[in-house]
Amino acid sequence: MTGNTSTHRLPSYLEYQGKYTGILGWILSTDHKRIALLYLYSQLFFFLAGLVMGIFMKLELIAPGQQIMGPQAYNALFTVHGLTMIFLFIIPGLAASFGNFMIPIMIGAKDVAFPKLNLFSWYLFIAGAVIILIGIFSGDGPPDTGWTFYAPYSLKTNTNVVLSVFGAFVLGFSSILTGLNFIVTIHRMRAPGMGFFRMPLFIWSLYGTAWIQLLATPVVGITFLMVVADRMLDIGFFDPAKGGDPVLYQHLFWIYSHPAVYIMILPAMGAITEIIVTFSRRTVFGYKAIAMSSLAIAFVGYLVWGHHMFTSGMSETARLVFSFLTFLVAIPSAIKVFNWTATMYKGSISLEPPFWWAMAFIFIFMIGGLTGLILGSVSTDVHVHDTVFVVAHFHYIVFGGAGIAFFAALHYWYPKMFGKMYSKKIANWGLIGLFVGFNTTYMPMFFLGFMGMPRRYYDYLPQFADLNLLSTVGSWIMAASLIVVIVNLLRARKGTPEEMDDPWGGRTLEWKIESPPSLENFEEIPVIDSEPYELKSK
Amino acid sequence: MSEHKNHISTYKSQILVLLTLIMLTVLTVVITSVHLGPFNTAAAMLIASVKAAIVLLYFMHLKFDEKIYRFMVTLVLAIYAVVIIITFFDYLYR
Repeated sequence: MTGNTSTHRLPSYLEYQGKYTGILGWILSTDHKRIALLYLYSQLFFFLAGLVMGIFMKLELIAPGQQIMGPQAYNALFTVHGLTMIFLFIIPGLAASFGNFMIPIMIGAKDVAFPKLNLFSWYLFIAGAVIILIGIFSGDGPPDTGWTFYAPYSLKTNTNVVLSVFGAFVLGFSSILTGLNFIVTIHRMRAPGMGFFRMPLFIWSLYGTAWIQLLATPVVGITFLMVVADRMLDIGFFDPAKGGDPVLYQHLFWIYSHPAVYIMILPAMGAITEIIVTFSRRTVFGYKAIAMSSLAIAFVGYLVWGHHMFTSGMSETARLVFSFLTFLVAIPSAIKVFNWTATMYKGSISLEPPFWWAMAFIFIFMIGGLTGLILGSVSTDVHVHDTVFVVAHFHYIVFGGAGIAFFAALHYWYPKMFGKMYSKKIANWGLIGLFVGFNTTYMPMFFLGFMGMPRRYYDYLPQFADLNLLSTVGSWIMAASLIVVIVNLLRARKGTPEEMDDPWGGRTLEWKIESPPSLENFEEIPVIDSEPYELKSK
Repeated sequence: MSEHKNHISTYKSQILVLLTLIMLTVLTVVITSVHLGPFNTAAAMLIASVKAAIVLLYFMHLKFDEKIYRFMVTLVLAIYAVVIIITFFDYLYR
């Protein structure tokens, strides 16, 4: 790379004083890095809110019978927990925060293609959150349908479904506009010399994600409006008495919501790739295979939604087709894992905290992925459908996968974002606690599910008591560890700035500019004349 | 980046497109009186897709734009077509 030598330091994006100062300097800023931090802080806030709800749910399940809440409160709690964690934390996920921060820097641009649209997306995100919040505290109380809003119950319940689905609809717009912005940025704003196959693999994963955001989200937006229309205008899209079909709701919902899992996990995989390459001190093994597997996951992920519906009354033919297609997703996913392993092979591995977080991701994600095969196969799925086995699998993928990758990315790019370093020792201990707590919480749920414990009930039979108690204790360890991790990062924010331009020996463009970056990232747009991850280019 | 050239359509082509769209609309209505079972919906969707394609190609100038945009739009529509076909599989075989 040439053309990017910075001999003097410009004010960083954190110090820069534009037209507005103070809080206005943040909420009216169109700088992609400030918007990324707006997303990051908002997402972490929602994550902590969702975590508190999860802890209360686990507390209710500590023993059989009613403990701290009744069935209606429990139903509302798991619905709002799901809504918060899914729509407000993990769907924006790594793309909204780290994608926003890193895309322009990693492709050698000064900002995203549409900076104002970027800020507008964040406002839509907050507006959607506020609408959902109003829905919780107004009318006939929070929705009790589960985050999936399945018809016909979502049409019949007296709780505040309309505002919640409308909030999710608005959040969808935020996601669509972010995806659009990223696609245009990646296509049009790459630095000279950076062809598609010279892009860092995190960017490839975000590119695949952006297409899913753009193409799948409108489907769920329309579906939510159909629910509103059914409830308010009594049209009957999903009501058999009026010629509608409740299974159609499930089709439409999962046409979006299964690809949405890849919206969550693809950027996570991209960040993990960056971390493994950096700390293995090797060039990446199988660059093109990893890049193409991101697109393959995005594409095949579109065609597998029916595996959520094996017991819905769907036709036998459709069940077999969906089961077959589901198994195809394993191929590109395995390509990534094998390439990560091959990248580490004979590498000079540096055991820093982000690397440990990445290893925790692979371990947990593999368990999540392999238990997914049980759910993807029709015969075994029928046995465990709607049991807590599904909840365990889902949390292994979404929390253990995407969630842990979120924190891995945060530990990896933290010095770049803030120009400071956290306590590595505490970060490692936090991870150990989280790893133990996570597995203690969710592993018993696999067994409980096989034993037949249904999901979404505030009570259970006495034979499930021991494993539920273990799971609840695990949730305490997990929550305590998460607090340690977050406090460690927040404390580091107050620390003194250090020389942090490239603490890990990274090879992508973000490590070649100062930390924290200046307002426009580069004094001069760099010219790329080497392959990504080349050791000699440093 | 190549400089974008505006294409100006002739009146003749515009009128031809308009007439085709009207004909297809009439066909959509007529086909409802032919009993095709579940394929009535498929026929209606097929005609609507052809109409949308004509609008995209001629009125929205996709035909005269760069290949990459034609490829992207075709890919998107192909994905939607596959999604709809798979959904219909369920209804046909239920």
